[in-house]
Order: sequence, then C-alpha cells, then structure tokens
Amino acid sequence: MTVRELVDSGAVKAAALPDGDREIEGVYIGDLLSWVMGRAGSGDAWITIMSNVNIAAVATLADTACIILAEGVQPDDGVTEIAREKNINLLLSDRSAYDTAVWLHERL
Amino acid sequence: MSDVLTFRFDVDGENFTSAGQASVQIKKNLRQLGLPPEIIRRVSIAMYEGEINMVIHAGGGNAEVRVAEDFIEIELVDHGPGIADIEQAMQAGFSTAPDNIRSLGFGAGMGLPNMKRYTDSMDIQSKVGDGTRIVMRVDLTA
Ligand SMILES: Nc1ncnc2c1ncn2[C@@H]1O[C@H](COP(=O)(O)OP(=O)(O)OP(=O)(O)O)[C@@H](O)[C@H]1O
Ligand SMILES: [Mg+2]
Repeated sequence: MTVRELVDSGAVKAAALPDGDREIEGVYIGDLLSWVMGRAGSGDAWITIMSNVNIAAVATLADTACIILAEGVQPDDGVTEIAREKNINLLLSDRSAYDTAVWLHERL
Repeated sequence: MSDVLTFRFDVDGENFTSAGQASVQIKKNLRQLGLPPEIIRRVSIAMYEGEINMVIHAGGGNAEVRVAEDFIEIELVDHGPGIADIEQAMQAGFSTAPDNIRSLGFGAGMGLPNMKRYTDSMDIQSKVGDGTRIVMRVDLTA
C-alpha cells in the first residue's frame, strides 16, 4: 500500500503528503528517537506521539515511508511546513498507536 | 593514492530543536555520489547520533566526512566536557541527558550503541575538560 492509498482509505488524515507514492513496507512504533533510528526499517510507517521538529530529521535519516502522529496528537508549530519542504509524509491518526498499527497490519 | 572526497560541517551547539542538519546534508551528498542506499543509511544514522551528541552534550563541534574508494570515514570533534567513563557511556540505556532534552525524545542512551552498530569500526578518544573525538568507518568493499 502506498502512503496516498492509506490517506485515501480515510483511516488517517494527511498534514503533509509530498511523497504519496512511497510504498509502506512495515510498521515501527516508538517515541525515543534513537530507538527509532536504530530499529525502524527503511519504508516503515513510523507511529509516534512525538510531535517536535526533530521527528523530521529522524524520518529522513531512518528513511521511513511516513510519520503517523497517533492518539490525535497534533504537530508542533511549523513542523507541517518543514515536512512538506523536506519531502516527508506526515499523517495524523485519531486512533491509538496500537489500533493504528493493527489497522495497517491487516492491510499490508 | 586514490582521491578522497571530504565534506566539512560546523555543528551549532545552540539549537537542539532542529539539530541534525549536517547529517541530512551528508545523506544528500552521498546520494549524489550514487552510493548504495544501505551504505548511505548507515553513514547518515551514525553521523546523526554523533551530531546530536555534540549538540546536546558538548555545545557543538566539527564534523568531517571523508569518502575514499574503500570506505567512508566520519570524524566528530568537540571541545565539550569529555566523557569520564567511555565503557559506561557505550552501554545501551546509559544517559546523562537532562529532562528538557528528554522531553524532545532524546536521552534513551542508544546513540553511541547505534553508532557502533551501524559502522564497521569506531574509535572514541575523550578527555574530561578537554573534549571528545570519535572516528567511525563504514567499509565500501562488498
Ligand atoms: N560528545 C559528547 N561529549 C560529552 N559526553 C558525551 C558525548 N557523547 C555522549 N556523551 C555521554 O555519553 C552518554 C551516552 O550517549 P548516547 O548517545 O548513547 O545517549 P544519549 O545521547 O544520552 O541519548 P540518545 O542518544 O539515546 O538520545 C550521554 O548521555 C553523555 O553523558
Ligand atoms: Mg545520543
């Protein structure tokens, strides 16, 4: 499934979708950035509640397919614009991190 | 001797809300050189952890990335407080990051272990009150 297909399903909302054709290959859940750096796979959908600007660099360097802010968390001021600029897909989910991951698991 | 391509960066110690710019830039540079994605990923993650450490723990520093025929070398030099016990610092989970830094998602004590994991060799020289120098290498030979 591509990131755009995930958005089109209605399960998440797109805050920034500059690279919608990116394929989602797996899922990683985590809020501690160096755990994400060490364990998230290239092409993973990264589910987190961490909303500050540092998530942009982490997503870029870990090469995740998208960031999904779960639990209804909103990005900090300016983060959406940076995501758009840096070609990072930033999505918003009202579900819990667990439910978001389960939803993805059933469809990947 | 074959050519070595060198990239240099000043890492600003003031701005930990948007740190990591040198690593993002290196990722772009290595991509332009046409290096394999997995190599780029390893180099840029190792560099990011080192860059963030210089920002958070050492008030900034300098980074140099050298691309040779057989390897990529990352050198990070700072004049921060130094690391008293390197073995302890290398342990997964050990961190002295203060609360305001932890609230941003740092401080898991996984940065140095990641640097070791993603590189083929890593050398740390540090002196308390003087600073820290880390050299990491990723081999390019298949
Ligand atoms: N350049 C440095 N100068 C001084 N101390 C350092 C430096 N780099 C690391 N340290 C020390 O080593 C500890 C462990 O570093 P490490 O990168 O593994 O974890 P962290 O930075 O605390 O958290 P994380 O990287 O998981 O966000 C740090 O908390 C700090 O005490
Ligand atoms: Mg660190």
